[in-house]
Amino acid sequence: MKRLKRISAFVLSALILATSYMTAEAEEGYTYNYDYWGDVQYSPDAYDVAKVFTAGDMGLETGLKSPQGLSVYEDMIYICDSGNNRILEVKRTNDTTLEVQRIITEFKGNVEVNTFAMPTDIAVTDDGYMFICDQSNKRILKLDMDLNYVMEFTKPDDPNFDQSFDFLPNKLAVDSAGRVYCVAVNVNKGTIKFEPDGVFSGFVGATPVTYDWTDYIWKRLSTKAQRAQLESFVPTEYDNLYMDHEGFIYAVTSNVSAADVDSGAANPVRRLNLMGNDILVRNGEWFIIGDLYWGEAGGYKGTSLMTDITAFENDVYVALDRNRGRLFAYDDQGRMLYAFGGNGNMDGYFKSPVAIDHMNHDLLVLDAVDSSITLFTPTTFGSLIFQAIEQFQDGEYYESGESWKEVMKLNGNYDLAYIGIGRSLLRQEKYKEAMEYFELKYDDDNYSRAFKQYRKEWVEENILWIFIVVFAVLCVPLMIGKIKKIKHEIDTADIFQQ
Amino acid sequence: MLASLKKKETYTHYWATLKFAFYCITHPLDGFWDLTHEKRGSIAAANTILILTLVSRIAKLQFTSFLFMKVYWEGINIFLYLASILFPLALWCVGNWALTTLFDGKGTLRQVYMATCYAFLPYPLLQIPLTIVSNVVTVEEGAFYSVVSAFSLLWAGLLIIAAMMQIHEYSISKTIGFTVGSLFAMLVMVFILLLFFSMISQGIAYFISIGREIMFRM
Repeated sequence: MKRLKRISAFVLSALILATSYMTAEAEEGYTYNYDYWGDVQYSPDAYDVAKVFTAGDMGLETGLKSPQGLSVYEDMIYICDSGNNRILEVKRTNDTTLEVQRIITEFKGNVEVNTFAMPTDIAVTDDGYMFICDQSNKRILKLDMDLNYVMEFTKPDDPNFDQSFDFLPNKLAVDSAGRVYCVAVNVNKGTIKFEPDGVFSGFVGATPVTYDWTDYIWKRLSTKAQRAQLESFVPTEYDNLYMDHEGFIYAVTSNVSAADVDSGAANPVRRLNLMGNDILVRNGEWFIIGDLYWGEAGGYKGTSLMTDITAFENDVYVALDRNRGRLFAYDDQGRMLYAFGGNGNMDGYFKSPVAIDHMNHDLLVLDAVDSSITLFTPTTFGSLIFQAIEQFQDGEYYESGESWKEVMKLNGNYDLAYIGIGRSLLRQEKYKEAMEYFELKYDDDNYSRAFKQYRKEWVEENILWIFIVVFAVLCVPLMIGKIKKIKHEIDTADIFQQ
Repeated sequence: MLASLKKKETYTHYWATLKFAFYCITHPLDGFWDLTHEKRGSIAAANTILILTLVSRIAKLQFTSFLFMKVYWEGINIFLYLASILFPLALWCVGNWALTTLFDGKGTLRQVYMATCYAFLPYPLLQIPLTIVSNVVTVEEGAFYSVVSAFSLLWAGLLIIAAMMQIHEYSISKTIGFTVGSLFAMLVMVFILLLFFSMISQGIAYFISIGREIMFRM
């Protein structure tokens, strides 16, 4: 009996400990967002880890060795196993199974070297070609799906390209016309653009040079030799590219100073059009820089360092931070949807994340040190957010509002849910209700839009009263004055004096 | 004191002095001269204007449309918020009086306080309607908001300078010089206060630790 008591006491205390541990976990959540004031608001998880795949899980004999590139084409996943000089073609057969289809180590064709040396990135196009950054062989290969050599893109023979460096392609993106945009080691003028026939046609996406008056004064004061050193050139070294469904290139860079990121002078995430101009929409309250605050906790210093990015068909994009191993999702207006992840050994945490891609609404993250692929699937909360965004884009405003209400039920601190409901009500011409939602989350532009309509309606309804009040205010004092004057005249009139 | 509250003249005088504030803000040079020299102002009216200023400041916080003023309520302490007017006002009155009294200033501390409070009138006068109007305009139409808001402060600022000029019987250049001097005197007082408080708290901490030590030994 005594023993039983002891055991039950032990179990009870363990339970209490466990629950207290769980509540502590809930406060410091895995997923978070920033509210209007920039305060961190923890939220329910938007993504769950479905499974972490290692080489063994995919049925491979030799493990992955420092894999660098990941690309998804329909239900196929292409992994650049850079350390083993091979490319894996993996098929996702169901939710939590990946099966290796082909291990590509060589290709057919009349070229000197038929193998890869340190392949770092791969892109697969709709017309059935693979483009591979074959870094140590200093070329970009174009192969068809049966592994026949088609052509290669090599070091540009152009004075604009610094001939003293080797051409070491690192990452690439290919557009629908077959133009190749490439990020190479030691090239800091933007992305290298090749025409479909392999001709180098310039650099795209360099950071535009901005002047301010201090530069001007320095230039006036400096000698000619000094001026040459002050060459007006902002180096742009992109880390990775992603070609979205509309043909725009999402580009990320981690070569930014913390001060510039903090002040908004540097943009680590960009969306480039064909001219290389940054057209990313930045309507959010905060800069698109990942974490807004950074300390030195856990030995990780500085800003979020974006190493890869992927964009869904609904224009939501997710950037991957290699510094703290986090994923940051933003909507088409540049407002943060959620951030999650971290560095560590548990599922859903990373050691050295290098690449990200998506399959429908699922996310795949490649870890170079852990040599694994983490498959994330959206939770109810995450799916509802996507559903609400997509319904709004499709013009189903009422349904979108209902979906945002579901989101709000799961997370009452989610600013975008309030704004989403407001935008839905605004489209349904329920201005007064929309205003309430916008006011709760300080969305002044949308509030003004709703208020303008509400005010117009109000004036139209009450036009009679407005006229009466204006008339009263203008005419009553006049009449009172007149009456007083007449009364005064009567009182002082001579004929009544006797 | 209480007996005077029953007299009708007290109220008529109060109303007259309060009404005179409107003359002051529209005719500052003339008005502030008469305020002290013709005894057309009263401390009661000055207090009323000060209270109006404080009320309008709180009303602005609470009722201004969020389009123009987004309040982080978690960070608001209403007493500190009021002190942000009262504390500088007290420092200004003392600093200005202490400085000008050494350099032929004719105003007394009482007059400095009264004139400064009278000069605050444009603030409630403009801010209260502005707070109401802010609720019926959109962001695009709101450009005038910051203009009018800044104008109320500028107006009050100019009135304070005019008031000091008249009650101390100074020339314009001397007034501006002593305004800057008074601001400097305010800084000095803040510095001394901080020094004083940190010294006192350290002194108290010293005796507390001695007391603790003795209690441990016993």
